[in-house]
Amino acid sequence: MPVHDVVIVGGGGAGLRAAIAVAEENPDLSVAIVSKVFPMRSHTVAAEGGAAAVIKDNDSLEDHFRDTISGSDWLADQDAVEEFVREAPSEMIQLEHWGCPWSREPDGKVAVRPFGGMKIERTWFAADKTGFHMLHTLYQTSLKYDNVTPYDEWFVTNILVENGRCQGVTALELRTGKTEVIAAKAVIICTGGAGRIFPFTTNGAIKTGDGMALAYRAGVGLKDMEFVQYHPTGLPGTGILITEAARGEGGILVNKEGYRYLEDYDLGKPLDVTHPDHPVKKSMELGPRDRLSQAFIKEVEKGRTFIDELGHYVHLDVRHLGQKKIDKKIPFVRELASKYAGIDPVYHPIPVRPVVHYCMGGIDTDKEGATTLPGLFAAGEAACVSINGANRLGSNSLTELLVFGARSGRGAAKFAIEHPDLDMSSLEKQALDEQSRITKNFICKQKGSERIANLRQEMTQSMESGAGIYRSESSLKETCNKLAELRDRFSNILIEDRSLTFNTELTSALELDFMIEVARSLAHSALERRESRGSHQRTDHVNRDDQNFLKHSLALQTEEGPKIGYKEVVITSWPPEERVYGR
Amino acid sequence: MTRKTMELEILRYRPEKEERPTFETYEIPFKEEWVVLDAINYIKDNIDGSLSYRWSCRMGVCGSCGMMLNGIPKLSCAVFLRDYYPDKVRVEPLTGFPIQRDLVIVMDDFIHKLKEIKPWIIRDEGQEQSLEEGEYLQSPAELAAFKQYSMCINCMLCYAACPVYAIDNSFVGPAAIALAQRYNLDSRDHGRELRQDVIASNEGVWECTFVGECSEVCPKDVDPAGAIQRGKVSGTIDYFKDVLMPWGG
Repeated sequence: MPVHDVVIVGGGGAGLRAAIAVAEENPDLSVAIVSKVFPMRSHTVAAEGGAAAVIKDNDSLEDHFRDTISGSDWLADQDAVEEFVREAPSEMIQLEHWGCPWSREPDGKVAVRPFGGMKIERTWFAADKTGFHMLHTLYQTSLKYDNVTPYDEWFVTNILVENGRCQGVTALELRTGKTEVIAAKAVIICTGGAGRIFPFTTNGAIKTGDGMALAYRAGVGLKDMEFVQYHPTGLPGTGILITEAARGEGGILVNKEGYRYLEDYDLGKPLDVTHPDHPVKKSMELGPRDRLSQAFIKEVEKGRTFIDELGHYVHLDVRHLGQKKIDKKIPFVRELASKYAGIDPVYHPIPVRPVVHYCMGGIDTDKEGATTLPGLFAAGEAACVSINGANRLGSNSLTELLVFGARSGRGAAKFAIEHPDLDMSSLEKQALDEQSRITKNFICKQKGSERIANLRQEMTQSMESGAGIYRSESSLKETCNKLAELRDRFSNILIEDRSLTFNTELTSALELDFMIEVARSLAHSALERRESRGSHQRTDHVNRDDQNFLKHSLALQTEEGPKIGYKEVVITSWPPEERVYGR
Repeated sequence: MTRKTMELEILRYRPEKEERPTFETYEIPFKEEWVVLDAINYIKDNIDGSLSYRWSCRMGVCGSCGMMLNGIPKLSCAVFLRDYYPDKVRVEPLTGFPIQRDLVIVMDDFIHKLKEIKPWIIRDEGQEQSLEEGEYLQSPAELAAFKQYSMCINCMLCYAACPVYAIDNSFVGPAAIALAQRYNLDSRDHGRELRQDVIASNEGVWECTFVGECSEVCPKDVDPAGAIQRGKVSGTIDYFKDVLMPWGG
């Protein structure tokens, strides 16, 4: 059985950054990156707009801190945000030293652009393929460390706990179908988000919340799961993301009457696109994502959106930027809109609507990425530290995966050195149990009549209808009941593929199993939070309620389903105030 | 109104079951807005759950879903059914690689080559700048010098199109050479000589016959053929420098 000091589950931005941190911390440590895809396929690749860090003279850590806290609707932990903004610049410079092709000023310094909810332009970018370049830079850099071992296309099925601490994982090698223990003195979960529990998402097919479900099953709490970010500008039909950078560069949102409707939702007054001060930061199109997505739903209710066979939409208009600027600053927007919407944004406005984009919630960790299970760490979108609270600001997530990826790597390295012993024989036994569970319940499963795709579709539809942008007691109860029913029906799934070679019917089933778990924690957390805050909007509790809900939700798995508890929010310097944009 | 349909003829290969690959034909609904990948997903969800292939982002950036469509390497998420309708589309795994299963190829060779070309920034001894000193300055022109070669998504279409790789897979190949050039041309990098071992070797740039197919099929306009040509030019200059100016020029 392979044994490593640190096993990292997931080879996206957070996982790769964590791996490099371990490798650099101590070249004698052996690190494994276990990923269900080749690391460069990880969904970090699809991030477009940029990554925030204070670098310019007109900016300050205090401003980044305050933007992040108000963006979070005061649910972020302020001690974590303080460290986040402080470490962000050096992490970004580190990535520059590793070769990330950041866009530049004429003098050769790194360029920054404005982003939603940010008072000052502080978003570093590599045109509009920032996530792509960051991921490839990290992946390529990781190849130079001989103590990093890749397990490409290995699907982690379980976290192994022995003697009260995490001692590795079991993983299915897709090529051979065999399930093996990969033992480790510390494990870091970096599997990203779970957007695929919704029907309409920017997230790629692989974003099925695997790591969240793994930790949850191992007894770790999932924190603030009810907070789901809808990005305001996805393409109808496909949900393909049109970056916020389009608005950062000056793009505007208009309804079918040609009206910049955001001014009706307390987001400030529009300046003409030719005005030298347009776009005004923290105002109108540069308001936070939660507020913009909610405004869209109100526009639908007022009958002021366009509608066609793909549903309701509004227009994102960048024509006034001109072809030169579009090609220089947001070329991928042009490529995506032309290819997938048949619209060249140089000449026509782009149809857009809100789309599920990001999980603010995730595995409950401290600032070093440690969970309540000794030896288990988490970082990136899979984790909830929390710096994002009830609403993440655009361009904080790419920075987050660097800062907390590195911290969790260092934390895990330290833990591994301090806990050298493993219970090998017990791990062997757990491996046999897991192999037989997978064989019996999946590969050799007899009978069964429920199609995986049908269950998945019922789940995603129920999440959208009951736990979408606006929720209520009754809609959430209905979703919770539906998910409990799907949990039962899952045991009756139909699996016809008996192959041990790259069996994607098997992995689809395992992913669905994980997704139902994550969806339930989300819906139950949302049901219990009887207030509206950030991205969590309850039509039956329309105000923020700091008296009762200035706290993190914590979902724990029980036989009867998720049990919801709470945890204090850390406030260091800025007690809750009204969130103000555009005034 | 009758629903429009069309057919996909897909290569199937399950090593435990079949000695050699066979084709299976599936009838799918035709939708104007569907890419080929949508149709393949439709088959997996509704007709045959055992069909295996790789995919994720469905927006042409993760590089997972390369396939041969009517004999031409394409990203299946970036080609529309309407480009073929009403004709049948033949779907096969990328050519030039061993088939693992159905449309899934074995990628090991490329992953190995990727590491060989040392795709990371190499600084001369003592030339490392500390984080406190800030970023390395790089002008927009210096960025432009390598930017195109940094756009590769490792989708493998160029290898499937390469006539040399088809015959001799010891050839380093288009994407890996383009990536080596991406670092060689980066003003922050000093590692060109270390990469020359691989790039200027018999398996490197000299093996290319410059057919240019790789650049034709590249979905991201990386132009690996151009990168290989530049490698030949700089390799030649190195050669003449060594032979004619052994004292260093």
